[in-house]
Amino acid sequence: MVGGISIRELPRKKYLLPGNPSCPGCPEALGLRYLGMALGDRVILVVPAGCSTVIEGLAPNYSMRFPIVNVPFASADAVASGVAAAKEVLGEDAVVVVWAGDGATADIGFATLSGAAERGDNIIHICVDNEAYMNTGIQRSSLTPYGAWTTTTWTGKKERKKDVPLIMLMHKVPYVATASVGYPMDFIEKLRRAVLIKGFKYIHLHAPCPTGWRFDPSLTVEVAKLAVETGMWILFEAVNGKVKISPPSLPYRDRSRRKPIRDYIKIQGRFRTLTDEELKKLESMVDDVWDTLTKFT
Amino acid sequence: MKLVVMHLTGNYAVAWAVKLSRVKVVSAYPITPQTTIVEKISEFVESGMMDAKIVRVESEHSALATVFGAASSGVRAFTATSSHGLMYMYEMVWWSAGARVPIVMAIVTRTIGAPWNIWSDHSDFMSQRDTGWLMMFAEHNQEVLDSVIQLFRISEDPRVYLPGMIALDAFILSHTTEPVDIPDQSLVDSFLPGRRQPYTFKSGDPITMGNLPSNPRDNMRMRWDVHKSLVAAKKVITEVDREWSKLTGRSYGGLIECYMCSDAKYFIIGAGAWVGDMREAVDMLRSEGYEVGLIKLRFVRPFPAEELAEVMRGGKGAIVFDRSVSAGSAGPLYLDTVAHLGALNVEVPVKNVIAGIAGVDVTYNDIASVVRSFIEEIESKGVVSNYVEWYFR
Amino acid sequence: MSEISHILPLSKPKEGISRTGTWRLKKPVIDHSKCVKCMMCWLHCPESTIDVVESSDKFVEVNYDFCKGCGVCANVCPVKAISMVPEG
Repeated sequence: MVGGISIRELPRKKYLLPGNPSCPGCPEALGLRYLGMALGDRVILVVPAGCSTVIEGLAPNYSMRFPIVNVPFASADAVASGVAAAKEVLGEDAVVVVWAGDGATADIGFATLSGAAERGDNIIHICVDNEAYMNTGIQRSSLTPYGAWTTTTWTGKKERKKDVPLIMLMHKVPYVATASVGYPMDFIEKLRRAVLIKGFKYIHLHAPCPTGWRFDPSLTVEVAKLAVETGMWILFEAVNGKVKISPPSLPYRDRSRRKPIRDYIKIQGRFRTLTDEELKKLESMVDDVWDTLTKFT
Repeated sequence: MKLVVMHLTGNYAVAWAVKLSRVKVVSAYPITPQTTIVEKISEFVESGMMDAKIVRVESEHSALATVFGAASSGVRAFTATSSHGLMYMYEMVWWSAGARVPIVMAIVTRTIGAPWNIWSDHSDFMSQRDTGWLMMFAEHNQEVLDSVIQLFRISEDPRVYLPGMIALDAFILSHTTEPVDIPDQSLVDSFLPGRRQPYTFKSGDPITMGNLPSNPRDNMRMRWDVHKSLVAAKKVITEVDREWSKLTGRSYGGLIECYMCSDAKYFIIGAGAWVGDMREAVDMLRSEGYEVGLIKLRFVRPFPAEELAEVMRGGKGAIVFDRSVSAGSAGPLYLDTVAHLGALNVEVPVKNVIAGIAGVDVTYNDIASVVRSFIEEIESKGVVSNYVEWYFR
Repeated sequence: MSEISHILPLSKPKEGISRTGTWRLKKPVIDHSKCVKCMMCWLHCPESTIDVVESSDKFVEVNYDFCKGCGVCANVCPVKAISMVPEG
């Protein structure tokens, strides 16, 4: 028993099928499995350009059991709004889920995301955040953290990570949460709570990528957990604007209980150019994110 | 059946047609001169006159994306835009055609910047000609209303299954009032059956649309199918025009409409609102003894190549009036016309007149004078000297 | 009117589009005597290639036709019952 759901009660039906072309240790593959376990056959998935486009595999077949609307990069939330509108008109049950990366969420797709949120359209947007444009070959995004190497930031990114969950919170949507592929039961529970709420729901799923972050594929879950244990990633949930730190992150409100950020940095190749001075800066940014978030609790 | 005649602008005629077509989802973003279409539809919906959901999106890209989402999920859906709005939509225009989703979109044709300009030319509409959409022009507001309803029927025909767009000229139609016969709802219901589409996204029914093909040849065959379906739409367009004519008494000839063509030696070819001025020009030239006829291109995609050839074979010359230009080449209607006529062995000298760009006013006098000079040149020299002419008044 | 068939960009689900088992450099081998049936390997397998078979003595089985050998299962196993053994 983890949280409110027992692992043995989770559906065994495979929504992500074996033989798909994801990289070994892929966090998006994990996320898709958990989405299936949480919401199953009710889902209609809207997928903008990204790694998941490739993970579907080649036509005339695909490696998933969700109905999927593939759509251009900057259109996902708007398409989802249309799907939801049609299903409302037809009186059909459907959980319309946007499955978008950091680009389709925070950058090229940001206006569309904000528009759908402001209108309160009845969809769930999941940002699968692997912190760079992985599908095109590891280029920096606005969600790449400070100091991280990418193929467009060879000496490390000079800017900080955009705080999209808080931006979505300021849209006053009824549900905002963060999650991590390292904490599947927490993610599944959040999905099951989100689906009960009518309106716009936003879930930001932290998704450590072995290919892009330069770590061994066996460590995907370990790196995801370290992000939480060092305070680099904070799990929270906000229903109607009221922020509650989620159980896995609760101990780390206390700064002294967090593992050193250096532990998280050193098992990934992408921070190899980070100097001690830059590490200090990164640490102060993490403190700042905690301070800002806890003001809303 | 009661006959209702209302005085409507072109934009309100669109809105009435959308209401009569029982559209279920509408999404649009305001842009002059399109805006009053969705304003009117909003009024219909909020006053309870129309049972539909309006999604008031944050951009045109999202407007067509929302309509694509709704249409692919099982309902009749509509959007409208102009100029820069259409440019911003461009990616979704292709996507919707490739996805084979029946949708109808009204384009209130407007000049593209820079500089800013709200007046009519056809640059925005004609720049969509490679996308795979059905593309038609309206000449007047009655044709606007009738054509929007027809376009839903053609778009949703299983032989076609492609989205369609209709052009109406900014202000000349969009904001000008004309008497319009509003057909009875029961008439439209009998003409336009329930929603048909090639597939529908539903919970629990796992299909995906648009994942990567394993072989580019499959993708090429999809594009080929789009092309073939547009060609096949010609028959559907003709059938639909006949059926509408039986129900209402109004026919527009299907793909093309001819005026004074039967004994004509020279032809004026054009599309859009200025076809009305071309009619006046033909009347004037006929009174002067010129053997002139007019061919109105109602549809430009599918392009009515054989239909034009049939009318023009044996003619002595033609002028294609383009209200847009493929800069560095010639007007797009001209390019299509000469390519197909040449291939179909119709040996008629064809001149291109680029006019009315950026909303420059063109009157029937202007058209008549251009045609007169053209005929004099052909009659005296037998050739066209300046075959792509920019006409400035 | 007969139904016209178009060439549509549609696909259907299929298990095993690619034989991804050939990607594997190391193979997860489960020591079933150590297994405590916690299902963590099943839960965290990114590939859906670990199956829970309650009726079997083994309880969890790896589908080697498609397992890519990422090693996440070995990493999350709380009793270290899974070892990664080099292929061939």
